[in-house]
Order: sequence, then C-alpha cells, then structure tokens
Amino acid sequence: MAIPVEQLADEMYEIIKESAGVKKLKGGDLTKAMVAKYGDEVSRADAKAAIRMLIDSGRCVYGYFGGSSIELPHSEAAENK
Amino acid sequence: MPDDDLKLPLLDQLEEGPWPSFVKDLKEQAKRRPQVGQLLKQLEQSYEDHWDYWRGTAINVPGYGGGVIARYSDLGERFPQVAQFHTIRVIEPPGFVYSTDALRQLCDLSEDYGAGIMQLHGMTGDILMLGYDNEKLMEVSEALMEKGWDLGGSGNGMRTIPCCIGPARCEMACYDTLKLTKYLTDKYIGYLHRPEFPYKYKFKLSGCGNDCANSVSRSDMPVIGTWRDDIQIDQEAVAQFVKENGPDWAVRNVTSRCPTHCIHLSGDRIEIDNRNCVRCMHCINVMHLALAPGRDRGVTMLIGGKRTVRSGEMLASVLVPFQKLESDRDYEEFSAIVERIWDFWGEHGNEHERVGEFIDRIGLGAFLDGAGIVPDPQMVTNPRSNPYIKFEEYAAPRLEGEPHKTANVLEHEPDREEDFEGK
Repeated sequence: MAIPVEQLADEMYEIIKESAGVKKLKGGDLTKAMVAKYGDEVSRADAKAAIRMLIDSGRCVYGYFGGSSIELPHSEAAENK
Repeated sequence: MPDDDLKLPLLDQLEEGPWPSFVKDLKEQAKRRPQVGQLLKQLEQSYEDHWDYWRGTAINVPGYGGGVIARYSDLGERFPQVAQFHTIRVIEPPGFVYSTDALRQLCDLSEDYGAGIMQLHGMTGDILMLGYDNEKLMEVSEALMEKGWDLGGSGNGMRTIPCCIGPARCEMACYDTLKLTKYLTDKYIGYLHRPEFPYKYKFKLSGCGNDCANSVSRSDMPVIGTWRDDIQIDQEAVAQFVKENGPDWAVRNVTSRCPTHCIHLSGDRIEIDNRNCVRCMHCINVMHLALAPGRDRGVTMLIGGKRTVRSGEMLASVLVPFQKLESDRDYEEFSAIVERIWDFWGEHGNEHERVGEFIDRIGLGAFLDGAGIVPDPQMVTNPRSNPYIKFEEYAAPRLEGEPHKTANVLEHEPDREEDFEGK
C-alpha cells in the first residue's frame, strides 16, 4: 500500500529538521531515506511530490551552497540588513 | 538624484577605442539612476583593489529552487543602493526570437523594478535582468509570471535550454530545434525549477553540424542535427558554381578541405563518397546552392561537454549516433534516454560532478551499462593509437547480452598517486 504523500512530507521534514546545521540534504537523499524505510511502498514520483509540498508550503526552501539542498527557511548570514 | 561625482579613471579606459562600451552605457544610465552610479563606483573600487566585492548567496522565489543569482555587496555601507543587487534569470523564447512588444515588456519591468540593466543573453541562454533587492525580486517575479514569463534554471538542476534558430530561418536545420526546446522545457520544467541532480545539466540544441548553439563545448547534452542518407547534390548548380568561381577555387576551398577527402570534383560535377562523410558541413556551407543535407534527417545525441571547474574543459562525445525526431514516439524515445541517464547519474554521481566527469570517473562502458544504452563504435572518442597497450582492464567489460552485474561505480575518486605507486 502506497504511503500518503502528506506523511512522506512530514517525515522528510523531521529528517531535515534533525539534520539542520549538521548535514545538508538534497532531494535524492530524502528520496533514498524514504525508500530505505518503506521500500516499494514509496515511488520516486511520490517522493518528488512530497518535496514539492514542503517547498510550496514554505516549510522548507532550497539552499545553494555546496549543492542545491533542501533546508529549513533561514535568513542568510551574508545578508546586509 | 543623479550622481555628479562619477570619477572612474580605470573604467574610463574601457570607453576608449571604436567598440561599444558598457561603461559608456552605464554612465548614461547613472544620470537617471544613482544605483547604477554606485554600481560603477564599486566596480572601479574592484579594479583598484583587484578584489571582487560581491558575495553570492541563496534567495529563492517561493516554490522555486533556482532562477535567482543573489548578490550582496561587501561595500554595502558605502554603496547602499547596490547592497542587494540580484539577478533574475528568465526563460528565453526558443531561437531567441522576440516581438518588439515582448522586449518592451521586459524593458519596462526592468526599469520599474530593477536597475534597468538586462543581458541578452547569459551563457545559459537565459534573459538576465539585473539589479533587484530582496523585495523587488519577489515583486518582479510575480509581474513576470503574470505576463507569461517564467524563471529560468540555476543550481543543481536542469538549466534553461538554448537552441539555434533552426528551421525557422535556416535551410541547414536537420530537425526542429524550436519544437524540441519547447518539448523538453515543458516536460521537464520541474527539473528546471526544483534542482535535484548532483550538479547542473545543460542541453543545447543545434540544428546541424555547424553547431551555432556552441553545444559540443558548452553543454552536458548537445543535440545536433544530422542525416544518414546521401548529401543532396544539384549538379546544375555545381556546374554554375564551378563556372562562376573556377575549378581551382572549388578544389582549393571545397574538396581539398574535406576532413575525410570524400568529395571530389570531376569536371564540373561533384562526387561524394557518402560512407566516409563525417557531416562536417564544410562543403554544404560553401556550396549551399548546390549541396544540402540528406533527406533522412534526425539528431546525434552527445554527452559530457562542459567548461572549467573540476576536470577542465571537456568536449562532448557521441552517445546516440542517430535518433529520428519526427513522431511523438521519437520524442518519447529521446526523453526515455535522457531520463535513464538522469536516474543513473543522480543515483551514483558525486556532489558537484557533471555528467561528463562522472563518465570520466566510472568509464564509458559502466555508464552505458547503467543508463541502458547499447554500445556503438561511433561512441569511441579517440581510436586506439598504440596496439601494445590494452585498455580493457580500465573499461567496463560488459556488452549487451552478458549477465547483469552491479555497475562498476567507484564510491570515491581513486588516489591516483597511490594507485601508480602500487603498480
């Protein structure tokens, strides 16, 4: 039985939160983590949809340094305010 | 308030000579926009100090993972109007063809929200609009999208696809570059807006071997138009060409410049050994009224071109020698190849490793195996020149039909010195 996309998004969000400041995670890392956990119950398309949900909802943003990672929203250190 | 204090002795030197000067243009712009004056002053400071005062970072329009090249100034306190000076990439129309109305739209948006500076086009093919702060960045993105434009690619994803003018204006085009650009952009827009590859992936599409899109040296996947039957010859036009230019001129400038010497002038007729033709386009370019590409046309898909960074400059090499691109099914076959490559490279590629570098690391055999592409003699970049050295031990020993094994993918780059010392 396929895992609902909302559940995948929530679980991905938890992984991103735990890794914040420790490791930058990319879309592929999150997909692999879900596949490792649920096997065939997760398709790549579902994982992509979950990532899209995280980004579109604003819960996560794309970072750039060292590759396009998926991160918690943050104010850039370089920003001159 | 215009900036009357524009003393730029170093930049002034760039106004000398007969060529158009960006300094001259920007100085004019600075009379209306102090922001541009500060931009010039920062550049002057950079020339004086031999130091670049821009700092890159990540800013994204909500929902997008690319399309913005964020730049903050380290001299923001001194030049507050360029403290945030971001660039937006906008997807260009295929073939770079605009109506004047479309250009006016872009210019108006650039004037209303940014510094009134645009670059047509960036190296990626995108329209670049410069000079937005964080707030205006979001506003201009909304305004662009309302008018039907969309943000281009940046970061580790598929990049905006540039192509030559193709069949719209060129008789050499062997496939519809404009159609393929639109097809790939529409189909893979998610990969463009949401980076998920190990590194960037660029297509560039050229309609023939003249490669007006500079695809071989500048893209991960060049797609170049070609044909597989015989060059079309109009012998009457050949005779006219020879009559007008003389046979000596034709020999010196056409036949003797054929890289494989497969074309000969016999009296006032041209004879071509098509089996040895490498589709270099030279004879067709020179005698374009007499010669034309064959009728059985399609594309050659190449892989691995890129510039600089990890492995230096790399030219792409042939991946699929000939692929028709006419029916919907042809397009589906094309995209199936692309997706298999993305899957394999996405799974095994290292961080910041372009697909050409990936192939360099794992070997072409392992790559073909992993991407499910049948090896072909035309994929060989260089024929072996020394018969005493065997390379089989470095190549993937797999050909179609052998039992499946895990691809020969190294987890890390080998330590070359240790490797050699060990031998």
